[in-house]
Formats: sequence, structure tokens, C-alpha cells
Amino acid sequence: MTSTPVPANPLRRSDDRRLPRIAGPSGLVIFGVTGDLSRKKLLPAIYDLANRGLLPPGFGLTGFARRDWNAEHFAQVTKEAVMEHARTPFRERVWRQLAEGIRFVQGEFDDDAAFDELARTVEGLDAERGTGGNHAFYLSVPPSAFPLVCRQLARSGLSRSEPGAWRRVVIEKPFGHDLASALELQKVVESVFPGDSVFRIDHYLGKETVQNLLALRFANQMFEPVWNANNVDHVQITMAEDIGIGSRAGYYDGIGSARDVIQNHLLQLLALTAMEEPVSFDAASLRAEKEKVLSAITLPKNLDLHTSRGQYTAGWQGGEKVVGYLEEQGISPDSVTDTFAAVRLDIDTRRWAGVPFYLRTGKRLGRRVTEIAVVFKRAPHLPFALADTQELGQNALVIRVQPDEGVSVQFGAKVPGTQMEVRDVTMDFGYGHAFTENSPEAYERLILDVLLGDPPLFPHSKEVELSWRVLDPILQHWESSGRPDPYRPGTWGPDSAHDMMARDGRAWRRP
Amino acid sequence: MKITLEDTTSSAIASRLVRLREEGGAVALGRVLTLLVQAHPDDVESAVHATNAASREHPCRVIVVATDDSTEAAPDGLDAEIRVGADAGASEVIVLRPRGGAATELDSLVTPLLLPDTPIVAWWPGSPPEVPSRDPLGSIAQRRITDALSCTDPIGRLTLLADGYAPGDTDLAWARATLWRGLLASALDDASHGRVRSVTIAGNLDHPSISLIGGWLADALECEIHFEAIEGAEAMVRIVLGREDGETVFERPVGSTILHITEPSGISHRVSLPLRSVEDSLIEDLRRLDEDVVYGEVLTHALPLALRELAKVTP
Repeated sequence: MTSTPVPANPLRRSDDRRLPRIAGPSGLVIFGVTGDLSRKKLLPAIYDLANRGLLPPGFGLTGFARRDWNAEHFAQVTKEAVMEHARTPFRERVWRQLAEGIRFVQGEFDDDAAFDELARTVEGLDAERGTGGNHAFYLSVPPSAFPLVCRQLARSGLSRSEPGAWRRVVIEKPFGHDLASALELQKVVESVFPGDSVFRIDHYLGKETVQNLLALRFANQMFEPVWNANNVDHVQITMAEDIGIGSRAGYYDGIGSARDVIQNHLLQLLALTAMEEPVSFDAASLRAEKEKVLSAITLPKNLDLHTSRGQYTAGWQGGEKVVGYLEEQGISPDSVTDTFAAVRLDIDTRRWAGVPFYLRTGKRLGRRVTEIAVVFKRAPHLPFALADTQELGQNALVIRVQPDEGVSVQFGAKVPGTQMEVRDVTMDFGYGHAFTENSPEAYERLILDVLLGDPPLFPHSKEVELSWRVLDPILQHWESSGRPDPYRPGTWGPDSAHDMMARDGRAWRRP
Repeated sequence: MKITLEDTTSSAIASRLVRLREEGGAVALGRVLTLLVQAHPDDVESAVHATNAASREHPCRVIVVATDDSTEAAPDGLDAEIRVGADAGASEVIVLRPRGGAATELDSLVTPLLLPDTPIVAWWPGSPPEVPSRDPLGSIAQRRITDALSCTDPIGRLTLLADGYAPGDTDLAWARATLWRGLLASALDDASHGRVRSVTIAGNLDHPSISLIGGWLADALECEIHFEAIEGAEAMVRIVLGREDGETVFERPVGSTILHITEPSGISHRVSLPLRSVEDSLIEDLRRLDEDVVYGEVLTHALPLALRELAKVTP
């Protein structure tokens, strides 16, 4: 954005890999700072970054909310959130250093005076803390409020950056509820901030295991040669939660699991699993590959046969009596919102022709798990007697995104004994065995990347658009075809989900 | 759990380890390196304490070889101790106490106990060999970590290490300098204050990190550098970067853990910056198992620049 070339810093060189990536002088403004996400994730992640010494010394943190607080209140709330949820130990000294840069502005989004006050506060931070005019705005608010907040940021001059300084905006999913609304949202945000200043947070992409997927595929020789239709039978991507919708009725009803999870997380995981090797790991090359693969997705011809949606009913789950979706507080008894969704997608490329990708997600399923399972074809010829290999399944490579992050490989091994008998065994690599203690939380990584202006881990507007193009026809089909299928809580979804796999001669893994 | 083995051999220890794993399940999953530690018998416990902490980030097998000047004269033999579970952090620790002839060829002593096909790191928490890469343990390791600060003449030791430098060597004094270096580098990310014309460094001039930072700055910034001794200081106290439009001052008063950074504009910040522990420094050093090019250049090329200036201050 700036036209004067910045002289290189003589103390930085690419081979000095010990030097931490400390964000430059900057501040973060959080809208909707009283919300759950803020308290449980954002504020603790900011403290953790400070504790790891990765924030600039004069960092400014400004909260904006309706609540009648002042800076001290907000600092106190932040401190409590940090003490409860931060991953690194609480140190009073680090906290005091962070607390000096905490500000709070009270107001409604339609209140011009409040945004003028915010503009003054941000200027004050530049003068008192040396934030240098660099500010990121984190919109932790419902998407319906985006247009108003963006307009206010433009009106009050907050969205305009001075030469040599930056202004960025961070938005959270959902990025729209269908293609049309996503494009509309994009227009609103990008009318105020230039495209490369918009950071869309998909916290899954900040997870170590997801980044490890790229290392696994492209840093090794042994996986990539089999990563194609010659060897892979199909791929299953699962994101399951064991909880219900809790207090999120207002957000969830009418949105449902497909919009909430498949459109963003699962299609991003699919893209990373299926994409070709990017020419480099900068944002543009990575996006180019993801966009290619997303644009090559085709839907099943008959959506009835190869999609499934469900809604959990009341019942006993893990020793606890839980209510059905329709009895949840705030949900209309005739709601047709899906709490489970499964789809079969195909990718029309040479690499993946004929390899279905099965995506499923849901609430109140068997357990909380997110994984990508690449299931291989059976060996074309088995030189054993049929009985010897009866218990042998298909080889599989499973990337566990959460919990118990790691990778496992399933293959056949001989059962000890005098008879030849082959059975499935699992070889396991676990991040959690010891690495987790120091590995940063996804939000830490992503907030730091926003402050550093490092975009590879953020989905681009084009990817959002392509994802909606995949999902829109499925959602429209569902809307015109009755009610979701009921399923008991604590199971792996409705019968229709199992039927759609059985039609292809396959079955879901039990994750 | 601690298991003591007296008058034993390395292969007997290795089979005992395998048996322990069979009984207790796959406890050795995901080990990423073997850490060899050569320490004075009195320093074994403090060294194990540090490696246990480091093993939380770098699951490893730790082999401590306890030797001192009297070791080789003692009757021949090998005593050992295996520690697993709560006594070993996320690692397994083997303490070897060789006597007499068993203490003469340390590389073949530890060979049966090395993890297959994983990197080997050697660490000397106390006084290191003059040329670490030619030491029996150092020569089988990809990475050799020394700690000049724990030696009687830290600056003299740095000079020796510079003379005997081989790629793969690092000294913990360099890891202790990392946080300072990070803050110095980010101060220069803002180029609007112009280039740095002079640097003044004040503190305990016997601290090896100070000479390394001094050399690094003098070389990278190509400017004058001055040192100033401060009575009673434990480590670094102050760095002043003289820039075209004023000074950027980093000051951590003696006895304090708070660093004050004052920019040319007059804006001042406070940053928590306690002295770095051996554990933290070791964790950082184990993060990279390849050559630290910048350290190598600073030690062999830039350090003399700093020592020349230091000699003007200290007699």
C-alpha cells in the first residue's frame, strides 16, 4: 500500500531462525467483546501471545460493546477470562504490561458518537503506546451487524490507513447463509476494506494438525505417490460433536449443520486433502490450488441417494438424559433445521476421478472427534487362503484433527502363532504424547498472523464463493423435500446416512 | 520409578529398557532424539531436572554420563540407574556411572543405548571439552550444546569455543540472548527513526551473552559499539541504540525483571523479561537440530569485534 520502499531491517535475516516473529507496533479492537468467543478464546489467546513475548511491547487492546463498562471493568473481565482459559501460566508482570494497553468504548453499533469516541481512543493509543496507526478490527458479532459496523468504521475514518500503516478487519463464520448472501456480505466488507485486508477466521486452519497435513503430504516421499485414484478407494471427513446446540438456538436454528460446518471447515479440509502441490506456501499459491480443487467438485446426480440429513431426538446419551432438538429452548417444534448432514462429493480431476469424498458432521453424535480418513483400495491379489485374510480390512491413513491430535496408519499384520492369519493393526503417531504442552492454540496463531499480515491460513473470498456453489444445490434440494431424518443422541446419525454409504458398497468408519 | 543396576553393562541396560516397555506398554512412543549429557557427579540431579523440563517439548531419551577427574582411576566397572515415569518427565533417563577402563571410551559405552535413527544431541552443563566436535561423545552427536556461563572464565571459554567451532555447536549463552535479540530486531522494524549509528551496552561484562549480543549488533549494524561495566549486575542491564533522530533505550535495572523500552519519540513501554533459565534455553536449543549459521558467524567472526571493545573497558 505504501509507495516509499521500507529499508530492510539489518537485524533480521532469513537464516536466523531463533528470532521470534514478534508483531510490529499495533492494536486490536474487538467488537462484541462480551461474547463467549471473546472470553473463552480471543482474550486468553492475546494474553498467551503476550506471555510468549510475541506481541509488540506497546500493544493496544480495545473492547467495544453495549455493556456499561469502563476500561477498568473490561480489564477485570479480561483478567478473569485469562486466568480461567489461558493455556500458559498466569504471570502478574505480563498481565500488568498488557493491561496498560487496555481500553474500552461503550456504545451501540448505530451510535455515531461511540464510533467517534473509538476513533479518538485508537488515536490515543498511537500517541500513548506507539501503535503506529496499525489496527485490526475483530468483528466477533453476528453477520447481520457486519454492514452497520463496516459503515461506521468507514464513516468515522477508522477503516482508512495512513501511508506506511495498515488497517485490517477480521470476520468469523458464517460467511453468509447461501451464495447470494455471501456475495452480498463480501460486497459490504470489501467496499470498506480492500480484499487483502480482510481476514476470514476458520479456526480449524490454525490448528497444528491441519498444518501438519501439508507437511505430511508435501514434505514426505512415502505418501504422495499413493495419494490418488490408483490407490485410494475413498476419503471420509468427519466432524462430530457429542453436545447439542446448548444456548446457541438463536444462531443455529435455520442455519443447521451443513451451513455451520460443511460449508467452511469440512470443505477446507477436503481442499487441503485433495489439492495438488502448491508451487510455494505463500498465500496466493496455496489459494490457487485450493480454488482449483473446490471448483472441480461435482455433486451426486441423485441428491436423495447420496446425501443425508438428520435431527437428534430425545434420549439417553452416555448416562445423561438429553432433550431432542425440537424440544431445545428457543427452537420451534416444527423446525426442519438439520443437526446432522452427510454428503458425497466427487472431484473431477485425473487424480481423484472415481474417488468419492464423504463428508459428515453433526451434533449429539457418538463422541467429539474430527478426522480425515484416507481409505485405500484392497490389494489386487492376496496370495493367502481366503480364511487367512478374512479379518483384514482396508488400509487407512487417518489424520486426527482433534482430540488426541495425530496420525495413524491401519494395515494388516500376521497374528503370532503357527497359522498364517492376517489381521488389522494400527500404527500411531500422537502429537499429544508430549508436544502439546507448548503448541499454540489455533486462535493464537491466527491472531498473530493477522497482526503480522500473513494470510496463508485464511480462506479467501473466492474460496467462500466456491464452497457455497457446492452447498447451495444441496440445501435447495433439502428445502423442497420434507423433514430431516430423526436419530437417537449418542449414535452416528440417521439410518439414511448409513444407507447412502451402503449403496456404494462402503461403510462409515467408527471414529 | 528408579531402577538401580550395579556392575552392569550397556547391553544389559538396553534389554532392561525393552523389558520395561513390554511391561508398561509403549512408553517410548514418539521419542524424537537422544540427549547425551556429560556432567560432574554432583551436577547430575540439576542436569536431569533441566532435561525433564525440556522433554515436555522434546520427548527424548536422556543418557547422563557422570564423570570427574577421579573416575578413570577407580576400579573398572559400570553402575547405572534407569528412571522412567514421574522421575523422568516425558523422557526416559539413564544415568551411567562408569569407573576405570569403562570410562575411557565413552562413545562405545553409550552406543547400545542410542535410539535408532534419531538425532543425537550432546550437552555439557558444566565445563565442556576444548573442541566439542572432537570429544568422543561430541563426535557422535549432530548437535553439541555448551554452557559458557557455567564455566569459571566464561569469556575465555567463548574464545576457545570460537577456535574449535564446528557446524552444529551452540552455546546456551546464545539462547539466553534470543529474547533481547527479538526485541532489538522489532525496534528496528520501524525504520522511520533512521539507521543506528552507535550502540552502548552495559551490564555484567563477564556474561557471555553480552559479548555475543555486542558482536552480533556491531557486525549486523556496522556501527561503533561501547561497553560499560555495571557494579552488581547479573547479566544485561542496558542497551542504547543511537539513531538518526534520537535514542532507543532498553533498560532492565539491576535486580528487576521488567525491561523498559523508550523510543526516540519519548513513548515508553514495559516488558516482562526475567533472566532465562537453563530449562528454557535448552528447550530453545533443541528446537533446531541443524547448524545455527548465525551463531557460527557471530562466534567466529563478530565476537572478536566485541572482545576488542571489551578489552578497553576491562583490564
